[in-house]
Amino acid sequence: MTVQEVGQPRRRKEDAKLLTGRTQWTDNLSRPGMLHVTFLRSPMAHARITGVDVSGARGLPGVVAAFSGQDLAAEQGSLPCAWPVTEDIVIPDHPPMAVSEVRYVGEAVACVIAVDRYRAADALEAIEVDYEPLPAVVDMTQALSADSPKVHETGNKAYEMTADFGDIEAAFRDAPVVVDRTFVQQRLIPTAMEPRAILADTDGESFTLWSSTQIPHVLRVMLAVVTGIPEHKLRVIAPDVGGGFGSKLQVTAEEVLCLLLARKLGRPVKWTESRSEGNLTVHHGRDQIQHVRLAAEADGRIRGLQVSLLADMGAYLMLLTPGIPLLGASMCNAIYKMDAYQFNCTGVFTTKMPTDAYRGAGRPEATFLIERMMDELAAAVNVDPIEVRRRNWIRHEEFPYATISGLTYDSGNYEAATDRALSLFGYDKLRAEQADRRDRGDPVQLGIGVSTYTEMCGLAPSRWLADANFGAGGWEHGSVRMLPTGKVEVITGTSPHGQGHVTSWSQIVADALGVPFEDVTVLHGDTAIAHKGMDTYGSRSLVIGGVAVLKACEKVKEKARKLAAYVLECSPDDLEFEAGAFKVRGTDSSKTIQELAYATFTAHDLPEGVEPNLDSDATFDPDNYSFPHGTHLCAVEVDTETGMVKLRSYVAVDDIGKVVNPLIVEGQVHGGIAQGIAQALFEEATYDAEGNLLTTTMADYLLPSAADLPMFTLDRTETPATSNPLGAKGVGEAGTIASTPAVVNAVVDALRPYGIEDVRMPCTPERVWRALEGVRR
Amino acid sequence: MIPAQFDYERPTSLEQACQALASDEDAKVLAGGQSLLPLLRLRLAYPSKLVDVGRIAELKGVHDRGDHVFIGAMATHDEVLRSPVVRDGCPLVALAAAQVADPAIRHRGTFGGSLAHADPAGDLPAVALALEAVFVAASAQGEREIPAAAFFVDYWESALRQGEILTGVKVPKLGAGWGFHYEKFHRTAQAWAIVGVAAAVRRSNGSIAEARIGLTNMGATPVRARATEAALQGVELGDQVRQACEEAAADTSPPADLHAQPDYRRHLARVLTHRAVRTATASP
Ligand SMILES: Cc1cc2nc3c(=O)[nH]c(=O)nc-3n(C[C@H](O)[C@H](O)[C@H](O)COP(=O)(O)OP(=O)(O)OC[C@H]3O[C@@H](n4cnc5c(N)ncnc54)[C@H](O)[C@@H]3O)c2cc1C
Repeated sequence: MTVQEVGQPRRRKEDAKLLTGRTQWTDNLSRPGMLHVTFLRSPMAHARITGVDVSGARGLPGVVAAFSGQDLAAEQGSLPCAWPVTEDIVIPDHPPMAVSEVRYVGEAVACVIAVDRYRAADALEAIEVDYEPLPAVVDMTQALSADSPKVHETGNKAYEMTADFGDIEAAFRDAPVVVDRTFVQQRLIPTAMEPRAILADTDGESFTLWSSTQIPHVLRVMLAVVTGIPEHKLRVIAPDVGGGFGSKLQVTAEEVLCLLLARKLGRPVKWTESRSEGNLTVHHGRDQIQHVRLAAEADGRIRGLQVSLLADMGAYLMLLTPGIPLLGASMCNAIYKMDAYQFNCTGVFTTKMPTDAYRGAGRPEATFLIERMMDELAAAVNVDPIEVRRRNWIRHEEFPYATISGLTYDSGNYEAATDRALSLFGYDKLRAEQADRRDRGDPVQLGIGVSTYTEMCGLAPSRWLADANFGAGGWEHGSVRMLPTGKVEVITGTSPHGQGHVTSWSQIVADALGVPFEDVTVLHGDTAIAHKGMDTYGSRSLVIGGVAVLKACEKVKEKARKLAAYVLECSPDDLEFEAGAFKVRGTDSSKTIQELAYATFTAHDLPEGVEPNLDSDATFDPDNYSFPHGTHLCAVEVDTETGMVKLRSYVAVDDIGKVVNPLIVEGQVHGGIAQGIAQALFEEATYDAEGNLLTTTMADYLLPSAADLPMFTLDRTETPATSNPLGAKGVGEAGTIASTPAVVNAVVDALRPYGIEDVRMPCTPERVWRALEGVRR
Repeated sequence: MIPAQFDYERPTSLEQACQALASDEDAKVLAGGQSLLPLLRLRLAYPSKLVDVGRIAELKGVHDRGDHVFIGAMATHDEVLRSPVVRDGCPLVALAAAQVADPAIRHRGTFGGSLAHADPAGDLPAVALALEAVFVAASAQGEREIPAAAFFVDYWESALRQGEILTGVKVPKLGAGWGFHYEKFHRTAQAWAIVGVAAAVRRSNGSIAEARIGLTNMGATPVRARATEAALQGVELGDQVRQACEEAAADTSPPADLHAQPDYRRHLARVLTHRAVRTATASP
């Protein structure tokens, strides 16, 4: 019996190379004659450009060229937005390099190309730019007032979208309980470990772009459209990529410009951003003001939910900018039953870096608001927060369940995950300790937070994307090639940048074809190798891309079966496939699939009509999302003298369906929880009233490290997804989505006896202290 | 980011280093580079030349000099916090050095560099001030000593003159009966102090005979909490200590930044001073 690979905690095939420094980061790549580009960036949030003089830079030693936006205006095109969410959405022109007006600090206004990075950086100081200042637009609410200065001539509203389900007025009419809150999702900076880097080269006719991107395939299509380089003359390569969290799901100004510069100069051009440059110009995440109202019965059963969002788009609409808040539209109702739900979102322009996808993209925002509201509801009806959830959630016997917002949840068991989490956490004991500390008036108070989240993964069924007016499909492609020696080469359209696809796909293929895990290799991230793909984001890779690979394996097996029947002189129906071999039922005679691969290589003796290969392709388009869920519990200690919040314990029980590699899953959950905690307690991108980003370094933009986090206690329940043959649901974002409200709920829980109902994120010591000062007075 | 161009010299004697600095008034000393290099990379500083003092024997090591500990300017934070001489002679220095940044930075950053940099948010300046250390500076003109109280002039400005090299710091040994604590308040383990309190307290018969308190990040320079020091004198251990610490923020003008506004820093100074004194009096 061979061991089943799927389910094993295999160490990652990727790691030896990563740990021994043999990776190919884009910044490590070099081409003969390579030049380096640096960008001069606007120090003003909003200004008319009245003159750019690059001549001072052009004469400097080592400088090959210098250009202003005007110099590139005729050929640079406009950066794409692929998601026009409403009919009347305003999508402003977005030149990769500003020509006549800058609209955020950090926008590129000129560039220098030199023989090395150092000279290119020095020469930037010789460029002169004249700005005529225009008023900054920083605050979303003010931006919508009639007398606000405008970011674009068309005004500051990008779009407004409303969706109504059930009779919302009836739900609120005479409701015994109405809870009304406003939450702020602060602006975040994604902060991937590897900064962005780009290298563009050309042989005069064809172009190759290496980029630290999550989306080589989407990028190729978009760059072809923007630059006019024919798609078949453009190859995009994502070499080793060190994290993205959505920030590299983008068509960036720098990618377009590097390509144009390589075309203009006929030489390879490279750019690597600095961390501060990245903080300014990597697209930001979140940034919403959420007005939420919830109507309930006296016993805490929900009648209706009304959500009204202001979403900060920043200065332009980038690839998915307007759609991000809408990814939460179907998720605000979460795991709860209700009679009516209304969702409204207004996209607002400001003179700040555009926002776009950031780990969870829309779902963390939705989950936060509903999970915070459930705790507020619990307080309003004076019921334990777990109990109020029980009274409202979909029971396991009710699946499949059609939700109020129009999705069908295929499976789930909220009771099981919650029961498990409560016992691991020691809920009752902690509640007792909390009561004791309250009684004693302990300056250190204990808070307990819960989050019974769900989310939608596997972006996305193409039919659903059509309804959402999204400019692409949601399928994924996989290929399997049986090599002559019986080894297997898998090609995936996903583009891993830390998720371990090479390992997980190897496990899937090893089981499907009955070949050793070590005999499988996985290729990805190069449009010349992986010819079709939709790339990696939205926890889609396993549940769509992994399934495509599985389906390709099935096709390989069908081909091999025909050949085996011929070789073994039997009917295909007499064959059984086990442990990588076709066996004539009831006999000892068999052929392994690896032997059959060799037979197609020699092709000396093949049956009529059988091609000499065992290769296959499959494209998988799911017909539903998958819906991971789980229960996260968090205990915090709040020092009421200083306002400091200390995480004491954290339990996460996730149901992500069938698990391919538990070790990788644990890693994803750990990182995800850390990133969600970071939003709750540490991170915030801050702009001042003039539109200057104040958090340009890591001394100001605080990222937690392992030293700031408690040990996480992790467990899983397993309710397989029914929407894909793996039964998997996706795990890339779950931790981030779940943890933020769990932590903030815990902070508020600690402070509730003082009359505090909310603390704005991040819950810094100063904010907590001020909240306490506010009620002490 | 990429620094602007500069020259680089690495002399092997103090004399050569003094000469190198004397010959170029835009030259700067390079120690561990943990504060200077970020400034260069962000192009907030444009020195013409860096004089790397990392190979000068006279600046190295930690020495027991009887009534004081002499800490060479180039002793790294890590060396300092592990040194038995420091732990015995001036334990407060070791306690604070252990809280500077993270292990990687503590292996490169130096004691002298931290003080010469004169960042009031740094952890060591307040300690040097509380312990009334004496700074030894050398230049082409010779050597002089600067008391801690005169060393810190303004944000990132010390009493060192252009061309002067800090060779080391004399930290007095306070002797028996003293207890110490450094209370650092920061949001993440690797972050700078929002406020820090360095406390040295001498106990005698259940009360406080003498207290010295240095505050980190409560103004343009590290400051002594003089009012609290005075109020603590002769106070019995217990509730009165808290009351004395209510004066901790008197005469300070703490900065406003992303992590804290001045009123919050003043509040923290009071709470943390109490905690620091309480812990210092409880320490063996
Ligand atoms: C991420 C990070 C976090 C940090 N966190 C903290 C923290 O929490 N607490 C803290 O206290 N510090 C912190 N630091 C600073 C650290 O302690 C540095 O080591 C210290 O500030 C400077 O020491 P250095 O040896 O690196 O000096 P350098 O950076 O080489 O020099 C700093 C300045 O002092 C001058 N200088 C250095 N040595 C001499 C000398 N012998 N004579 C004359 N002038 C000299 C230099 O010319 C320069 O102006 C942090 C640094 C980093 C990078």
